[in-house]
Order: sequence, then C-alpha cells, then structure tokens
Amino acid sequence: MQIQIRGIQKTFGSFQALGGVDLDIESGELIALLGPSGSGKTTLLRTIAGLEFADSGRILFGGEDAAPLPVRERRVGFVFQHYALFKHMTVFENVAFGLRVRERKDRPDNDKIKAKVLELLDLVQLSGLDKRYPSQLSGGQKQRVALARALAIEPRVLLLDEPFGALDAKVRKDLRRWLRSLHDKTGYTTIFVTHDQEEALELADRVVVMNKGRIEQVGSTDEVYEHPATPFVFDFLGGVNVLPGTARGQNIDVLGVDVPLPCGIHEHTGPVDVYVRPGDLRVGDPAQPGFEAEIISVQRTGPIVRWDVHAKALDQRLEVEIPHLHHDVSRHAPGQIVRLRLNQYSVFARIPPPGAKSGSTLPDTKLIGRERERGRLG
Amino acid sequence: MTSLTLSDPRPSPPLKTRRVMPGFGLTMGITLVYLSLIVLIPLAGVFFKASGLGWDGFWHAISTPRVFNALKLSFGAAFFAAVFNAVFGLLVAWVFVRYEFFGKRVLDAAIDLPFALPTAVAGIALTALYSGNGWIGQFLEPLGIKVAFTPIGVVVALMFIGLPFVVRTVQPVLEEAEKELEEAAAVLGATRFQTAVRVILPTIAPSLLTGFALAFARGVGEYGSVIFIAGNLPMVSEIAPLLIIIKLEEFDYRGATAVAAAMLIISFVMLLAINLLQGWSRKK
Amino acid sequence: MTQPVDHSLQDPPKLPFEPLIQRNAVITEQPWVRWLLIATALIFLAGFLLLPLVAVFVEALRNGLGTYVEAVKDPDALSAIKLTLVVAAIAVPLNMLFGVAAAWAVTKHQFRGKQFLITLIDLPFSVSPVVSGLIYVLIFGAQGYLGPWMSDHDFKVIFAIPGIVLATIFVTFPFVARELIPLMQEQGTDDEQAALSLGASGWQTFTRVTLPNIKWGLLYGVLLCNARAMGEFGAVSVVSGHIRGMTNTMPLHVEILYNEYNFAAAFAVASLLALLALLTLVLKSYLEWRLGDELSATRKH
Repeated sequence: MQIQIRGIQKTFGSFQALGGVDLDIESGELIALLGPSGSGKTTLLRTIAGLEFADSGRILFGGEDAAPLPVRERRVGFVFQHYALFKHMTVFENVAFGLRVRERKDRPDNDKIKAKVLELLDLVQLSGLDKRYPSQLSGGQKQRVALARALAIEPRVLLLDEPFGALDAKVRKDLRRWLRSLHDKTGYTTIFVTHDQEEALELADRVVVMNKGRIEQVGSTDEVYEHPATPFVFDFLGGVNVLPGTARGQNIDVLGVDVPLPCGIHEHTGPVDVYVRPGDLRVGDPAQPGFEAEIISVQRTGPIVRWDVHAKALDQRLEVEIPHLHHDVSRHAPGQIVRLRLNQYSVFARIPPPGAKSGSTLPDTKLIGRERERGRLG
Repeated sequence: MTSLTLSDPRPSPPLKTRRVMPGFGLTMGITLVYLSLIVLIPLAGVFFKASGLGWDGFWHAISTPRVFNALKLSFGAAFFAAVFNAVFGLLVAWVFVRYEFFGKRVLDAAIDLPFALPTAVAGIALTALYSGNGWIGQFLEPLGIKVAFTPIGVVVALMFIGLPFVVRTVQPVLEEAEKELEEAAAVLGATRFQTAVRVILPTIAPSLLTGFALAFARGVGEYGSVIFIAGNLPMVSEIAPLLIIIKLEEFDYRGATAVAAAMLIISFVMLLAINLLQGWSRKK
Repeated sequence: MTQPVDHSLQDPPKLPFEPLIQRNAVITEQPWVRWLLIATALIFLAGFLLLPLVAVFVEALRNGLGTYVEAVKDPDALSAIKLTLVVAAIAVPLNMLFGVAAAWAVTKHQFRGKQFLITLIDLPFSVSPVVSGLIYVLIFGAQGYLGPWMSDHDFKVIFAIPGIVLATIFVTFPFVARELIPLMQEQGTDDEQAALSLGASGWQTFTRVTLPNIKWGLLYGVLLCNARAMGEFGAVSVVSGHIRGMTNTMPLHVEILYNEYNFAAAFAVASLLALLALLTLVLKSYLEWRLGDELSATRKH
C-alpha cells in the first residue's frame, strides 16, 4: 500500500509536534523514522495509524484520503513499544482478537480463526506457545506476539513504534535481523520508529531523519550516512567535529591549513563550518599539510579507539576515532602531539548570527558541498 | 574448591543477630504486646467462650429462626449492597478518571464522606430521607416502595457505607491502566463497547472484586447506620449485630457469643473464597 | 473525498477535522455516551452522598436556630462532647505510637511471618463494631473472665470510660499503621542507613530522617483515626451502658435523643459530627495534595 503524507501539522498546546511533513512511502517499503525524542517521529506514526489527528494536512492510503476512516476501519497493524498485549488473554486469544471483534458478517468461523492464528504463530516462530499468557513470555517473544496480532487483520500497512526499545542488546540484534527477513518474506509496507541510528541503518530500505517536527532528510541508508543534507543529520548519524573556517575562492582556510573547496561547487567567500566525522580525521605525515593537536586521552570502546585531542590553533577539543587494529593506535599515547588531516568533510556556509558554531546547535547553516581528500586510501 | 572449604573455619554468626537498622526489639516488642492485649487476646476470648458452648450448645444458640433470619438479612443485604456498589462504584470511578467536568475535585473528595461521617449520623439522615414523608420516601411511597423500616432500608444504608470501598480500589487501577491496550484494541478493529467489555473490564476485574469484598465485609458487620433505618422488626428487618446487642442486654452472653462467632466464621469463609477467586484470576 | 493518485499535491485542502475528530476519537466514548455516564454518576452521587449530608443540617435547623443552640448547650450534650474529646485524646495518641512502632518494625526489618503480622494488624477492620464491643464485655463484664476480680477491687471497665476507650482503640487500631506501612515500604531504608553510617544514633535517625519523611503520611493516618474515634458508634454502644451525662459519647447521645423522638436535638448534635466529617474531608484533601505522589501510590483503604 502506497502512502502519501502531505503537509501534516500537529500541535499539542503550544508545542509543535509536527510542522508540515511531506513524505511518500512506496508499496512494500521498509522505512525508518529516525530522530531524537521529541522530534515528532512517534506522533507522525500515530497520525498515520489514526491514533492522533493532524491539525492540518492529509494522509492518503493508496490515493484514498484516510481522514474520514476511524482507526478501527483503517486496517493498520500497529505494534506498540511496550507490546500492549492483553494480559488476561492467552497468546492465541491475543492474536485472534482482531478477527473476533469483527462484525458477524465479516467474522471468520472458529476453525478459520484457529487456522489463521496458528499459521501466524508459526510465521513468528512461536508455535506451541499459543496457550501461554503474556506474563509467561520473554520480551522478545512478547514482541513477536504483538507482531502476529497486528498481522492477523491483514493490515494495509504495518507500523512499529520503537519495536526493540524495551529489549536488551543481544535480543534486539537478533530480532532486528529476523524482522528484516520477515519483511522480505511477507512484503508488508512497513514503517518503524527508532532513535537508534544503528537500528535504522541496518534494517531500513530508506531512512527518514526527523528533528523538531520536521523531516531533515529522506534517503537510502547510504545517502543519509554518506551525504548528510544538514548539520543535524551529520551530527545525529555518527557524531561530528565542527571546525570554523574561512572560504576564499577555491580554498578554505581551516586552522591555517588550506583545504580545497569541494569540487563542482561555485566559489564561495565568507565564514564556513567544516564538518568532519571523528572517523574521518586521520593522523598525517608531519611533512604534509595538516594541523597539530595534543592527545588528551585514549579510550577503547570495542572495535574502535577514541582519542580526545586538543587542537592548539583552535583551542578546541576534537574527537578522533581509529579502528582498533590500525597501526596508529599502538604508536600514540596521551601527551603526544599528532598532525591531523581531514579525510572527508562537508562544508556549510555560516550565515549570521556569527558565534553560533558548536556541534549540535546549528540553525543557520547551509550545505555548500562536501569533499573527500584526493588520493585517499580506502 | 578444596581451598574454599579450608578457609574461614569460623561459622558465620546467625543472620538474626546482624541487623543494620536499630530498634527492632523495642518496636517489635511494643507491636506484639499492644496487638496481643488489645486485639488478639480479647478476640480469642470469643472463640474460647464459644467453644465452651460445645457444638450442640453453639448450634442450639444459632439455629433459632430469629438468629437464622438475622444472619440471612445481614449477609443477604450486604451482598446486594456490594453488588450494587460494584456497578455504581465502577461507573463513578470511570467518570472520575476518564472525564473532565465542573466540580469533579469536590465530588472526588466527597466520595470519602461515608468513611468520615459517623455511622449514627448517616443512619438518622438516611432514615429522614427515606421515611414515608422524607424527601425521597415521599416519592417512593406512592409507587408502593417502602424503604425505611424494611430490609430495603438495610440495603440502602449498606450501599451508602460501602460505596467508597469500591471507588477507592478501582480508581487507582483505572488511572494506571495502559492506554495503549485500548489503542491496540481500536487499531485491531474493536468498537468502543467491545474494548470496554473485552479489554478494560478484565483488566480491572481483580480490583473490582477486592472492592466488592471490602464493601461486603464492612456491610455484614455494620451497625450504626443500619439500626435507625431498619426498623428492627424481629425475623424481618433485624440484623445480626443488633441481635448480639439485644442478647447482651438480656445478659445472654452465650447467645451473643454464638452469633458473633457465627458471623466471624461465615465472614472468614467468604473472604477466603474471594481471596482464592482472586488468586485464581491473577494467575491467568 | 476520493482523490486521484497525485504525487505533487502541493497545496492540500484543509481537513474538515472537527466532526471527524469526534468520530475518530480513539479511546474515548461518543459524546452522548460520555454525557449519559457523567449525568448518571452525578445524579447518583448527589442523591446518595450529598443529600443525606444536607438533610442533617436542614433537620437540625428545622425548628429555628434557638432550638439548635439549646440542644447543643444542653448539659448532657456538653458532657457527651467532652467525653468524645477525652476518648479521642487517649485513643488516638496511643494508636499513633503503636502505628509508628509497628510500621518501623515491619518496614525497616526483615523477619519471618511479616505478612501474617500485617494481616493481624488489619484484623480489627474486618470485625463488626458490635463484636469489637462484645469481646471486652466477655472479659471485663459482670459475667466476664475478669468480672469477679474487678467487682472485688471496685474497678469498672464496662459501662464506664475505660471500656469506651478500649473499644475505641480497638476499632481505630489499624489506621496509622495502615497508612505508614506502604509509605515506609516504598521509601526503603537507604536514608536511615546513610544516617547511621554518618554516626547518628537510632533515635536521632528516627527523629531527623524518618519522621520528616513520613510526617504527612502520619498526619493522614492520625486524621482518619481521629474521625473514626470520635464517630464510632457500634462498639462504644455495647460497652457504654448509655448513662446520660456519664458514659454517653456524641454518637450515643444522638441515638438517645432520636429514640426519644427529639429529632431536632438529635440532628443538632449530629450536625456537629457532620461538621467534623467535613473538616476531616477538607484536611484530608489538603494532606493528599501536600503528600502529592508520595501518598498517591498508597492511597488505598
């Protein structure tokens, strides 16, 4: 089912939860709504389901306006963050609920309901647990019951609100892969909400990054990670260092180093911010262009070694990430001076007011281009 | 493993003597002494006295038609009042939790009036309202409904007394009920009525049953609010607690004790049954 | 409202949302159901709770203010008021001390049979008030276990003030403990252990750490205990003997006047008790507000 969202606005009191959202979702797509809490992603999902009502704008299900449809006639499958299983019903009755509450003329007979429920429980790999009560299930099992229950009404679209939010890390990973394969098998149009970028990138066909009630960027996982459209997306997906610079013609002066302005971009003059991910700062040859920084601390977080460095020219702390097997790791220790170069970066023009420059609050910037260092190693 | 068994040959001191918090002996002592003197020993006296009657004496004392009818009235009226309160208490709790309307906070506080109002005051006020020329009674009388001085009056008084028990046990449960459950039902296509019956009601059923049990237990033993409105006609509108008092006034201590013991035993059995029912429904 | 599939819908028409929202409202009822339920509840509460309260005051003032004042100033009424205050002044502090001690023992320590002890503390709530009186008659009455000894020593409990106090203590026994136990259970022992580790004595820990934490809950319990103590009828009725001017509490005095068909006077005294109930409710609401969520989790009866 194709879904079109047009100009959806929603305020709660004085808080604007959604400020004009447009989005097209293709049939059979698996889409992630990604953003920090308060970004409006859950509100958008609930509005699509019919659990919230937009102040203005419209939602089309396969071209048909969904607004006059009450939630119980929309045929959406909704999986709640905390499962919302009916505790007084068995797994079987939970899954059968959507069929049992149909009007008599549409209601399948008991045998059909039974067959359908058992088939769904088989699909979510819970065969044999149909007589259990929700309190007797693990978190991951509850989540799958909730999914089977949502699928029982053969929904036109499947909506999942933070589907793995309440699970521990290991289960979350397994369930994520399982859900991806289930989606490939069943082909339901699926939208899920998450604040976990890793989850969004691993699971979704396309990612919708949201912030403050607006969509910042829509794109494939590669696009949003490799080509962030806004400073927010840059920061939210993977963290970022922001270096102030000045553009002069074809070059930018960053910390006294000239780096080329991204190719294909017109000349630009004036203050800019250069965005570089911690992993895109590399230790350079002392002879090559670069800037000097002192290593303050070294921290190992699993497969990545993280340096806290102090850039002298800027009097600013920067973060550097290096793969743990990289030869740089063993060569450097706190207190050492290293020469850093920019491996890959984006440049945003800084629009007044000046002074606003730190990583997360970047309202008045405009992407003017991005560049990879020439001759960079893979 | 062997090294473990070898080390630390001293037995660790028993847990009992190692308390971090002070004052256990003092407060526990006060609690047990006071509890025994005020509650346990005097209550045990009833059963001691009753057992002195022997089974035959006990049966003889309570098997008179008057005692039998009084017990039947006390338990029957308490049951009907509790059923009524379960229905209306649920309605009131629902309206308080789910809707906004003018004067809600004041009314919410007023729910506890039957707890705060002395029972004798409630009794004479209800009698004044429901007697033949009272504010409410004058409308019921022409319809052939006599409330005051009949068993119906007993039920009315017990309804007044029991209402807060139901409201105050159901209210917090309704407040904490996950709204996602109702949303889930709606998304799955249930009508509002189906949601109420199939999802909400089962969720609050245990608390409703608790409220019912509390109202019932209170109603069985209630005295002050009932005796004014009941009329106290032997065999018809005479409640068991009143019969105990009458027997005491006649210095029939054995008879009074027998009725009291019968009340305690029946109440105990019924509450046990309700507890079992609740445990069973909670297990689900 | 059927629209052809159009990907470039630039300027969508405004939703005619008002009636739709009413129809769509997910987890509330249709307006007419809502209003029907509210109206039923309001009528029920007005007729069932408020009307009796109003009736007390109307009946009390039926024969004018003069009769009212006279009924309240009657020496027997005054002595009933005095006795009621005296009984409450003895019973409430005793139960308060017990309640704090019991709550401390139960919530700050671990021991076997804890749940059983809590059940025993609650026991007086499930005993009929009349039986509560009866148990003391069986012990201290003329034919009671201690009756002969008492008459030898010229010491009266039944048909005297000590009996009234005892019966009142019994029926109000669990109130304070019942409010404090859930509250203190929730608060745990971390604060106290911190105080002890800083060198405070047990008593200092209690007065400086525990007491400030539970003061509103304690007041709440005392308030309910007091309301019941002043209003208790059944238990006191059994042990009092109804001697006018001697062993009559206010509720008993109401009964005597009522049975003498002196309705105006009965309702006049009753109106004082009703005022006490109203005051209790107001204070209770205030305390609930003060306690906020500290108590809301434990607001059960």
